[in-house]
Amino acid sequence: MGAQPGLGEANLLEVRGLTKIFGTLTACDHVDLTVRKGEIHALLGENGAGKSTLVKMLFGSLEPNAGEILWDGNPVRIPNPSAARRLGIGMVFQHFSLFDALTAAENIALSLQNDTPIATIAAKASALSHAYGLPLDPFALVGDLSVGERQRIEIIRCLLQTPQLIILDEPTSVLTPQEADKLFETLDRLRSEGKSILYISHRLEEVKRMCDAATVLRHGKVVGHCDPRQETAASLARMMVGNEVQAVVREPVSESERGPVLLEIRNLSRQPATPFSIPLRSINLRVRAGEVIGIAGVAGNGQGEFFEAVSGEVMQTDAASVRIRGKDAGRLSISGRRRMGAAFVPEERLGHGAAPRMRLSENLLLSRHATDGQAFVGSGGVVKAGAIDAAAQRIIQAMDVRKSARDPEASALSGGNLQKFIVGRELDRRPSVLVVNQPTWGVDAGAAAKIRQALIGLARAGSAVLVISQDLDELFEISDAIAVMHNGELSQPLPIAEATYEKIGLLMGGAEPGHALHATEPA
Amino acid sequence: MGMAEAILLTIATAATPLLLAAIGELVVERSGVLNLGVEGMMLMGAVAGFGAALTTGSAWVGVFAGIITGALFSLLFAFLVLTLVTNQVATGLALTLLGIGVSGMIGEAFVGQPGVKLTNIHIPGLSDLPYVGRLLFGQDPLFYISVLLTVGVAWFLFRTRAGLTLRSVGDSHSSAHALGIRVIAIRYAAIAFGGACAGLAGAHLSLVYTTQWIENMTAGRGWIALALVVFASWRPLRVFVGAYLFGAISILQLHIQAMNLADLAFLPGPLYWLLAQLKSLPSQFLSALPYLATVAVLVLISRNRRLTIMNTPASLGQPFVPDR
Repeated sequence: MGAQPGLGEANLLEVRGLTKIFGTLTACDHVDLTVRKGEIHALLGENGAGKSTLVKMLFGSLEPNAGEILWDGNPVRIPNPSAARRLGIGMVFQHFSLFDALTAAENIALSLQNDTPIATIAAKASALSHAYGLPLDPFALVGDLSVGERQRIEIIRCLLQTPQLIILDEPTSVLTPQEADKLFETLDRLRSEGKSILYISHRLEEVKRMCDAATVLRHGKVVGHCDPRQETAASLARMMVGNEVQAVVREPVSESERGPVLLEIRNLSRQPATPFSIPLRSINLRVRAGEVIGIAGVAGNGQGEFFEAVSGEVMQTDAASVRIRGKDAGRLSISGRRRMGAAFVPEERLGHGAAPRMRLSENLLLSRHATDGQAFVGSGGVVKAGAIDAAAQRIIQAMDVRKSARDPEASALSGGNLQKFIVGRELDRRPSVLVVNQPTWGVDAGAAAKIRQALIGLARAGSAVLVISQDLDELFEISDAIAVMHNGELSQPLPIAEATYEKIGLLMGGAEPGHALHATEPA
Repeated sequence: MGMAEAILLTIATAATPLLLAAIGELVVERSGVLNLGVEGMMLMGAVAGFGAALTTGSAWVGVFAGIITGALFSLLFAFLVLTLVTNQVATGLALTLLGIGVSGMIGEAFVGQPGVKLTNIHIPGLSDLPYVGRLLFGQDPLFYISVLLTVGVAWFLFRTRAGLTLRSVGDSHSSAHALGIRVIAIRYAAIAFGGACAGLAGAHLSLVYTTQWIENMTAGRGWIALALVVFASWRPLRVFVGAYLFGAISILQLHIQAMNLADLAFLPGPLYWLLAQLKSLPSQFLSALPYLATVAVLVLISRNRRLTIMNTPASLGQPFVPDR
């Protein structure tokens, strides 16, 4: 398709040859994009394909190195976000640009460039939120709100500026399926009012369902313009990834194949550590040898707190609240729990899962010095560099970690490759219990498939695997049962054969497990 | 003028420089920057104020010289931490050390010279009222400025759009940047304001508190101001309470150390007993009392953890590099 001069009237936004270079990386390489009036235009691509960079240039947060932007047919320069807002471009950010310690109305006021009193803004926001069916308390502190409610603030804030073009960056990645449906209704309504929407996503089904046109990016370049309604999810995926992604295979396990309970959580409760964190309310869970249990839930419902408690980053007062291989572990540290045969992969790769400025081999020693002390550390505390290096190379080989040097610093790897190394580092030990938080967050499709297959493989070889994830598709792909965490409570695991998106979605929204099919209003 | 009024006046004089410096630092920290150079900026303000007043003979010229010197000196810090993105803690410490050194060098010529005193306000009639006249209507002008500044900063931070913007920058600089708020420019302004306040506090020391220049005459007041901001959970009115509490106890303990118990037999029994007990303590304990009492009281009024964390600027001390 590209730029079509003849249709200039109907084109709201035209981008020609937009380029952004960070050091040696060309994040956007001569990108062309045309958004017409009253259309929902999808911007598709894997993580790191350049989608966020492109929209940041459109919103004035980043300055392009080359290329031009035409708005309503006229060339424009967008030096900062307020210039974008003056043109009529609004943005709903992926990582919300909200302030926890301020109220919803104050947050909205900050993006309006005038001195309207807060009370007036609150009233306007309330009225608008009712008109679009997005309930909002303007005087609530953002830090106290759920992720879905925060997104509503972002959307209302954007709409108050009466934009012509609304950019939504991965809006559904933090919503329950029901909340996402609600969002789609709002978008439909905006389209019928003649507004244009640039919709960034990597969820192909919703793009097929919602969008009128799509531009696909790969490695910073446009690889195609298409009509998503004419494509299949598979053909869109091929365009995004560039080749076929190996499908993850999960053989169902029968009851008899499952072994003893290796990880047991009994009545685990935890007080909130900060004013904005979630307390855990008597959580019970058993994970048996041979199975993968998934924990679904909207971000910020206590998953992080739960992981910290299970991994031993935060110890419990009741030793029996976490049991590993039949023994109490609640009062043991991370190393203590690792020595019992457990392994943990935290959510943040850099700074938590790995020390950014240390080499992969050094990171390997950091996480395994307690369990593999004999193999890696010799007499007198001298590090056995050879043995560690051999183990690091073994992991790199097994997980197909792509890197630029033999033993690079952790921060030099792409997200996907570092995640493969971190997961591989734990798998290499053959742990009998593995707990993973967000195993493939921000990881490209190829690496994600590799990690998921490895998790299933570990379970089938006789380990207990617990996966916490926001990505429902992932959980349905790898889990033998899915439990849902909501507001610090964990539901009973639902065997995968009985689980549907609708049931899980209702639980994510806070419906009682018993009434899952009757409740409609997410809390 | 009665004894009680005289004591209250000295308390106000002791508290004013603490309040001025702490209110300035509060604004800096609310914008997300930790400037540990308060002591150094105060000394620079003190020496510049003293020198300018001595040269021109006008205490008011000294006051303005103190303000401007403090602000300029803080801009050096701002350039280092905001533009060159150096470590805020290390840079702030360096600023204090630099301030001590440079002020000592400049001030060498002033040592032992009689300074110029900023005269107290005098409103005929009102200032001569019994008991409260001097207290309310007869103090030095900087006392009134410090009180107005406290109220003004509280109003600015919590009642104006600009104050909201400043707090938002301190809460999350990346969110603020994404909205198009000019994080660096706002922080430059906040740091310069903090520097001006510290300079004014220094000028108070050399033009009101004592009218002479003594090397290192701040004697740790900059550090106390820094601690007050934190213990007051970044709330202006609590900073006021803390500064006056500290000022009051440090003056009162001096009086307790100096007085003669035999002269106080007229006091009511319990008060007499308390004073006798205090006097029997080692003098080191009395000297430490202002610190202990201020910390204890401010910890008590900040015991609501939720409120404290909400008032803590979440991006305090973190470097910010906008991507372009």
